[in-house]
Amino acid sequence: MEPSLVTSIGKIQLERPVMLASGILGISLDVFNRLYRSGAGAVVSKSLSTEPWDGYPNPTIFSVNGGGWINAIGLSNPGAPNFAKMIESNKDVPIIVSLVGSIPEDFEMMVKQFKNCKVTAYELNLSCPHVAKVGLEVGDDPELVKKIVSTMKNSTNVPVIAKVGLGTTHYLNTVNAAIDSGIDAITAINTIRAMAIDVETQRPILSNKFGGLSGTPIKPIALRCVYEISSKYNIPIIGCGGISTWEDAVEFILAGSSAIQLGSAIGDNWMHVFNDINQGILQYMKRKGYSKINEMIGLAKKS
Amino acid sequence: MQRNHNHTKICIVEKVIDETPTVRTLIFSDDVMSAVLPGQFAMVWIPGINELPMSVMISQESGKAAFTVRRHGSASTGLFNVQVGQQIGVRGPYGNSFDLKQGKLLLVGGGTGLVPMMRLLTFVKPSDDVTVLIGAKSKNEVFFEDLANTLLKNNPHRVIVTTDDGTYGEKGFVTSMVEKLVNENRFDGVYACGPEIMMYKTVQLAHSKGLFVQASLERMMKCGVGICGSCCVGEDLVCKDGTVFDGDHLLSNKEFGHFHRNKAGILENY
Repeated sequence: MEPSLVTSIGKIQLERPVMLASGILGISLDVFNRLYRSGAGAVVSKSLSTEPWDGYPNPTIFSVNGGGWINAIGLSNPGAPNFAKMIESNKDVPIIVSLVGSIPEDFEMMVKQFKNCKVTAYELNLSCPHVAKVGLEVGDDPELVKKIVSTMKNSTNVPVIAKVGLGTTHYLNTVNAAIDSGIDAITAINTIRAMAIDVETQRPILSNKFGGLSGTPIKPIALRCVYEISSKYNIPIIGCGGISTWEDAVEFILAGSSAIQLGSAIGDNWMHVFNDINQGILQYMKRKGYSKINEMIGLAKKS
Repeated sequence: MQRNHNHTKICIVEKVIDETPTVRTLIFSDDVMSAVLPGQFAMVWIPGINELPMSVMISQESGKAAFTVRRHGSASTGLFNVQVGQQIGVRGPYGNSFDLKQGKLLLVGGGTGLVPMMRLLTFVKPSDDVTVLIGAKSKNEVFFEDLANTLLKNNPHRVIVTTDDGTYGEKGFVTSMVEKLVNENRFDGVYACGPEIMMYKTVQLAHSKGLFVQASLERMMKCGVGICGSCCVGEDLVCKDGTVFDGDHLLSNKEFGHFHRNKAGILENY
């Protein structure tokens, strides 16, 4: 029998385990449909704020010698109200709506915008490393995380995911706070705060100076985090960070991920990366005799 | 070692040419950029100011390339103000290029949209019969007319200039001339780059006659590599799927000719 790529992240069921990470290509429903046709199991929107944000001036992205990207787009997004209007007509694509804000009321206001939309889940961005007062600055404050997650859980019946990253507070404390407040799943990890300097002009390249490192250099770190979370907590995990091949995806599943997200790999390999990974996972499952994704989740922890 | 096209190469501006009061061409040495295909672009960093997508202009000297920029927003004005001897960063080339047919060709350019058209002219065969149509608002905004004639000196050709106010060349909108030309001629290929409405009408007119037509689109860009999504037009990403698109594909795209996105990603009318 042909193995199945269907996977469950708690109450969220997806046809395929590979999804688009937040921040990537996420502003047009037409592009979401194309990504879905290309093999993405779900797409995560750009992180939406209560109002539209322009983001930082260019340069906003830097290609690291040897692999990976540093970006400081600055969470540019059309704002939750505009975005909600755009996806009202969505029928087919599992859309996970990423939200960013500073206080519980921001999130409460944003969730209300989506009452007429098909939303698969919300993902709270508690980990963007290059915008003040949101993202990682929120994730670094476990008490604030508790308040935001509780507000979210009281505002919607749709599953809520917390996306964590490496900040100044140990990320497991953030995970712990989110679980205490009833979070449905964890996405780990976000980009890692980084920078690049041009030696000829002797200045930082990104307009914001600091950005977030993504892509292959952070994969081993992300994998370690997924393994640590799944070893310590009984919570569904979405692995994210530097995944670009089916082997990477399987590694994250073996470490304890129920699904994975990718973004940088699109800059290197374009959209067919989704189908390439899906097919690779299927071949692996056939070769190893698995029929379902959940038979493989966390297997690396047995030894 | 081969250069990674995503890495910014610092180049020094060697020469600046004033094309019009608001348009300048900055020339620099770079083998990679001198050899790009028509329609491809570079991300150009003006240190301390901004980075913006630019079609790569040809240079008459080998191993050199150029950017022709119109002073408009803060980024383009920053590039416009770069002096000889100053550093700029260049990454790319990115994007696809025109599919150049043979025979009777029509190239339509408006403003700095003429840049990929000039590069396209360096690829035409001596037997091609080439018509270049240059649209401008007024006489003082006309540029590259002499260059087009020089590049086509060995071809059967004509270079037609239209100005909206009639102060130079033929009076009227460039698309009125497109209409006249496609009614009177059976072109093997029609190529357009310039203001979106000009391209939209050109594509419509050529397509209605069953002609092969392509246009090179411009959108706000941040990454240039298909990650940020800023340049999406419907389901297409101009940086990765374009900049050049076939006419029939463009006419099926509900945003082409009507909307572009602002920095926050919100659709705005042209």
